[in-house]
Amino acid sequence: MFGKKRVAIVGAGLTLFRRNLKETGKELAYEASKMALDAAGMELSDIQSVVMGTAPDAFDGVHMKGEYLADGAGARNKPYVRVYVGGGTGVFTPLAGWWHVASGQFDTCLVVCEEKMSSCFPHPAYAFTTIFDNILARPLGTTLIWIFALEMHRYMHKHNIKKEQIARVAVKNKRNALDHPCAQLAANITVEDVLNSEIMCWPVQRLDISPTSDGAAALVLASEDVAKKVTDNPVWIDGVGWCIDSTIWTNRDLYYPDYVEYAARMAYKMAGIKNPPKEIDLAEPYDPFDYKELHHMEGLLLCRKGEAPKLTEEGVTARDGDLPICPSGGLLGVGNPIAAAGAMKVCEVFWQLRGEAGKRQVPGDPRTGVAQAWGDLMQYGSVIVLRR
Amino acid sequence: MSLEKITDPRRMRHWLGHMETDYRYTLGIAGERFLNEIKENARIMGARCKRCGVIYVPPKMYCEECFEKLEEWIDLGTRGEVYTYTIAYVDMDGNRLAEPVIYALITFGDAYGGLIHKLGEVKPEEVWIGMPVEAVFKPPQERKGSITDIKYFKPAQ
Amino acid sequence: MSEKIKSYPGFRIKTADLREGKVPFEAWRPRVRYAWSAGIAMSRFLEELKNGRIIATYCNKCGRIMVPPRVFCEQCFKPVDGWKYVKDTGTINTYSVSFIAGDASRIKEPIIVAVIDIDGASPGMGILHKIGEINWKEVKFGMKVKAVWKPPEERVGSITDIKYFKPIREETL
Repeated sequence: MFGKKRVAIVGAGLTLFRRNLKETGKELAYEASKMALDAAGMELSDIQSVVMGTAPDAFDGVHMKGEYLADGAGARNKPYVRVYVGGGTGVFTPLAGWWHVASGQFDTCLVVCEEKMSSCFPHPAYAFTTIFDNILARPLGTTLIWIFALEMHRYMHKHNIKKEQIARVAVKNKRNALDHPCAQLAANITVEDVLNSEIMCWPVQRLDISPTSDGAAALVLASEDVAKKVTDNPVWIDGVGWCIDSTIWTNRDLYYPDYVEYAARMAYKMAGIKNPPKEIDLAEPYDPFDYKELHHMEGLLLCRKGEAPKLTEEGVTARDGDLPICPSGGLLGVGNPIAAAGAMKVCEVFWQLRGEAGKRQVPGDPRTGVAQAWGDLMQYGSVIVLRR
Repeated sequence: MSLEKITDPRRMRHWLGHMETDYRYTLGIAGERFLNEIKENARIMGARCKRCGVIYVPPKMYCEECFEKLEEWIDLGTRGEVYTYTIAYVDMDGNRLAEPVIYALITFGDAYGGLIHKLGEVKPEEVWIGMPVEAVFKPPQERKGSITDIKYFKPAQ
Repeated sequence: MSEKIKSYPGFRIKTADLREGKVPFEAWRPRVRYAWSAGIAMSRFLEELKNGRIIATYCNKCGRIMVPPRVFCEQCFKPVDGWKYVKDTGTINTYSVSFIAGDASRIKEPIIVAVIDIDGASPGMGILHKIGEINWKEVKFGMKVKAVWKPPEERVGSITDIKYFKPIREETL
């Protein structure tokens, strides 16, 4: 038994993901939170604690975003904390919610993730510039896509992976997203479309990348006693893991995400998972770029190193394949409001395990699912294992 | 590797920079309606929770207490009272202001919350907590749907 | 739940409508400026760049020679044991070719960026820099490169005192 109490997810809520939404960040947080509470059949007064996840303040252009968003997350006069680990935030926030309940301190916790990237213009990419080393990287004009392109290229080189193979991920996820009511970039595209799209930073092309988005997602967490009272089909948080690698990213081999493996091992140990590909029925690895889905499948030990492109080619990772990956449509298809995008993945696994994913439902009565996000400066992994 | 007492990093080896960001904040669902009422009708609105009865000003889309969606909007008029105030003698960079500026939190009856705004047509020494004040609006053609469509609050007659 | 929900909240607006002011907004431009001090290790590193040399620090416990230099070994969590000059040559560990600038706008001449593992430092000790004097289509993994320095009088103690790294051709070996 990890923690004093077993923790379940009993409700989930999600707003549309769009390039621009009119709602303020607070209003988006409210919409997702309210939907999650309604889904759980609970009132705000049933909530004992609130955890907020939201990425860099510079996107929204609101400093102390945690404080700013608190009322939209229903946190007034409640124990409240904002957590932030870059792109890893969306999966990390439910983990922090898990601490609240597993510790025995609270019976319920509302977990809310929000991002409103459209506030920053001409492009949110500007807000990223100050995440780099001020002395060594910024004077060179470093951009975010540079560093991902460097990682992608290293991964391709190490395993001799072709761009065609990676492009299949974008094709799959954007197609999966056609069935997601909140999706921003759902599309029926081909591998050729990806390969012919504009080159941003070779090998990264336009259609390899997820969009910037506004959106929010929320989850209601409850202790076992409460969960069994409010629902007949709770989804249990049976594994949590998180890890950070060296912050000097030019000193490590970018071809493999060790930090995801360490986080996954922590979560699997807790969940008693010994053979991940066999015991996990579906996964939502973080896919802000198409190669990242493959990279993260390997880090999550769902296949051997360098094997993920082959599984994708063979259709194993399709929604009706043996190991569905990103049945939601992922960040590539649904959109990428940073923290909310990771939480969207946890919502998806929750809905899939309850058999409530509608047109996106993966076949075979899934019982165990995993969601993962990736963040900070390319070296943070957060992993959650959910079970019915 | 001694630690010297240096307060200006520019005296050490350093790199200068800034964050090249601009922002556009949408007003949101409730905010857009609130500011539009100021712009079009020169009136200050609150939003009432039909479940707890709380009136929020500025209006919100939702009740902070019970999460009810707020759909009932109430005209609060243009008068309020000074709940608390401060007198600024320096600007953001610490420079002395030619004329002090009075900033106040203005409340409206029983409504929860209030508006932060300037006070005008009054001397600092004449302001008191509880003083009734009234909004002075810009002329309609100059209003843009911003909180600055209210020029300031002045003592009410 | 997902399948039971009829409509998802969110009021979509178009970027063009925002730009043209059809949707009201408040605008703001932060006025903050920063001066980032280089710190202990990096100040020495930059000073040496001004001299046309790359310097590392080393840890006697794990034996690593580390570039960029740091004052503590993050693996052994102890102070480093000293300074050591390394070469201004290295190997391309990975590279990318950028067709966009920091604001996501397009640029005409692509920039080749690379992680370069520095010779004389421990394996895998890379730094980020640009690659020049080569067509981007000809860059290869594992390619040997050498720093191209600015003339001494133009150096200011910055990573940009190295203009870029260029391939070491046969004749220069």
